[in-house]
Amino acid sequence: MEVNKRLYENYVKEITPVHSRWKNLLWAFLVGGGICALAQLAVNSFMSMGMEKDAAMAWTQMLLIGSSILLTGFNIYPKLVKAAGAGALVPITGFANSMVAPALEYKVEGQVFGVGCKIFTIAGPVILYGIVSTWVLGILYYILSLWNIGW
Amino acid sequence: MDYIKAFLVGGVICMVVQAIMDNTKLMPGRVMVLLVVTGGVLGFFGIYEPFAEWGGTGASVPLLGFGNALWKGVKEGMAEEGLLGIFKGGFTATASGICAALVFAYLASLIFKPKMKE
Repeated sequence: MEVNKRLYENYVKEITPVHSRWKNLLWAFLVGGGICALAQLAVNSFMSMGMEKDAAMAWTQMLLIGSSILLTGFNIYPKLVKAAGAGALVPITGFANSMVAPALEYKVEGQVFGVGCKIFTIAGPVILYGIVSTWVLGILYYILSLWNIGW
Repeated sequence: MDYIKAFLVGGVICMVVQAIMDNTKLMPGRVMVLLVVTGGVLGFFGIYEPFAEWGGTGASVPLLGFGNALWKGVKEGMAEEGLLGIFKGGFTATASGICAALVFAYLASLIFKPKMKE
């Protein structure tokens, strides 16, 4: 039994793909940084067109979301995720990709249980825990401010 | 200058998350949830907003910024409408992003065909 376990562990080790850590980190840095720098370019361009900063940020966010969804449709963004890992997942573009990729993949299962459910596979938990945690913090802040503790 | 700053700030955030993923085998979905919640908590303590002012899109584009935006919405809602604002603020602040993502993703699911996994 013990031998089998060891053999199995060796086997798992063998078939687990070994990525070079430094290469992973470098890719994540370059792609993640690149996406943010492009976003800055978009914000600056919108602002030079006379937009307020908040509006420019919102339009930039939508531009990023739209672009990454288009790139996912053409199967380009998934390749970027494979190469850059967190560099492509952490920006808001990764969030948009996480909505459209499963929706496309499960399209054959229909409009409701295919596209409708799968579009929220990752976005659902993200929105749920984001909303719940900031709500709890909001209540906490509210109580603290009743005692005149605030910042 | 703000391009370099955005590049460095965004790049470092992604690199740190990559290091966490490499060392913990966390799935992307869990990582995204963690980032948004962390962003909300950092926002709550008043840390993320000054950081975002300084780092520009390098701080607002990563999902940490999404969490911070949720918190900012809750706080602004609270200032305007009290308790009711706590319920409205988060969605109000992120409405355009979530709506755009849903609409564009849905349209894409109509137009594009699923690709075979390579």
